[in-house]
Amino acid sequence: MDDNKVIICRCEDITLHDVRGAIEDGYDSWDKLKRYLRIGMGPCGGKTCRLLVLRELSAIKGKPLSALYLRENVIRPPLRSIPFKALEKEAHL
Amino acid sequence: MTYDIIIVGGGIQGVATAYELAKRGAGKILLLEKTFLTGGSTGSCAAGIRAQFGSPFNVKLMARSLEIFENMAKELECDNDYLELWQGGYLVLAYSEAEFEGLKRNVEVQHTYGLKTNVLSVEEVKKAFPRVNVEGVYGATYHDRDGHADPFHVTFAYAEAGKRLGVEIREWTPVDTLLTENGKITGVRLQDGSSVYAERVLVCAGAWTTSLLKTVGIDLPLWGEKHEILITEPWERLLGPMVISFSRGYYIQQRPHGSFIMGIPPEDPRHWYRPDEFDFSSSIDFLLRMSSEATNVLPFLKGVNVVRQWAGLYEMTPDHHHAIGPLEDISGLWVAAGGSGHGFMFGPVMAEQLSKWMMGEPMDIDLRPLSPDRFKKGALVIEPAVVG
Repeated sequence: MDDNKVIICRCEDITLHDVRGAIEDGYDSWDKLKRYLRIGMGPCGGKTCRLLVLRELSAIKGKPLSALYLRENVIRPPLRSIPFKALEKEAHL
Repeated sequence: MTYDIIIVGGGIQGVATAYELAKRGAGKILLLEKTFLTGGSTGSCAAGIRAQFGSPFNVKLMARSLEIFENMAKELECDNDYLELWQGGYLVLAYSEAEFEGLKRNVEVQHTYGLKTNVLSVEEVKKAFPRVNVEGVYGATYHDRDGHADPFHVTFAYAEAGKRLGVEIREWTPVDTLLTENGKITGVRLQDGSSVYAERVLVCAGAWTTSLLKTVGIDLPLWGEKHEILITEPWERLLGPMVISFSRGYYIQQRPHGSFIMGIPPEDPRHWYRPDEFDFSSSIDFLLRMSSEATNVLPFLKGVNVVRQWAGLYEMTPDHHHAIGPLEDISGLWVAAGGSGHGFMFGPVMAEQLSKWMMGEPMDIDLRPLSPDRFKKGALVIEPAVVG
């Protein structure tokens, strides 16, 4: 399978090839990959890509998923994207 | 293990200074970071860069910092797309006659140092930036070389360039205690119990600096203040400048990537000195206040989706300026922290000048007024153009 054709992050168009290259360059944790590739920073908030990335990290580093969380798991709100017009309405209630 | 210099902190300040020191032949340099590079305030900042300050000191420093940003891709062997450098200017809006007068005074200072800041009437703002709602606006100032750079990629680029010059970087390596002997620094003890030694230690640990200095009895009045930010989905380019108001506190900018990043200071800022008190939770209060202000100033944002919000710490000092330089009480101990919300944009110039200072070379901009010992002497430095 051509890893250039496997999309890992739909929000930011990041391929498996990009992820593997970044890990090789030393961006070898979820936190660093996110900041280097923007993976997980799109509208899905990592809900699509996070497990895929962690599985790849796990395979490359030969560590179980549970050993890859180097710091507390940070999930940032909102859980789903919200348009400003809905929030602004809420603010004026 | 023995090094010439140990740097504590993997944000912009520590990483850029490591590079600048290596470039000047400072010897064996070790950089220690508690989590990962940009894991602290650098990585949670709003990514703005501007020279529109009011004190001659800050204007001079940021004029130089902008130059460094403009030449950074070449210096660090990467490209401007990677650095996400965007110079769409800062549009500073005034909401009263008095505020407008203050901004004009700042512009005079900026002109003295060669910046080409423009003073705009309301009509001129409407014409140049038709998407901005000018209701309540008395006038504005605009400097077209202000803008944005990506804090992650800028820091990573400094780190890569530093590594090429021999800088050793260890992540996930928290420092527990500074080590001294007869009033001299000797190194640091790590949280795993081991020690590394150096004749000089530079602490660039942001809001975490205070607790580290405390381990050798130094009281630095530097605290963490929680600020929140949000970011939207990416759109095509709709907004050139950072739109900002010092009196209302908001700032809104579209990144080269397309997303809008924005913040507004807390109504009742909370201060912490001890890391175990730091709070990075996100609040609905911020989200709603920000949405209200953003859709008022830039009504087109109503249809744009918010995708993420987060909190970070301003590392504040009593006069909102860095604490930078050697500490009188412990020889060999240096500090560079306290950017007070501007640590990222000042990072490159502070790193450049500090490395000259540490190497005994003449500084182009004398940083000595920002010495960390100024607080106990009451020699504060004042800046009028800040948010929050």
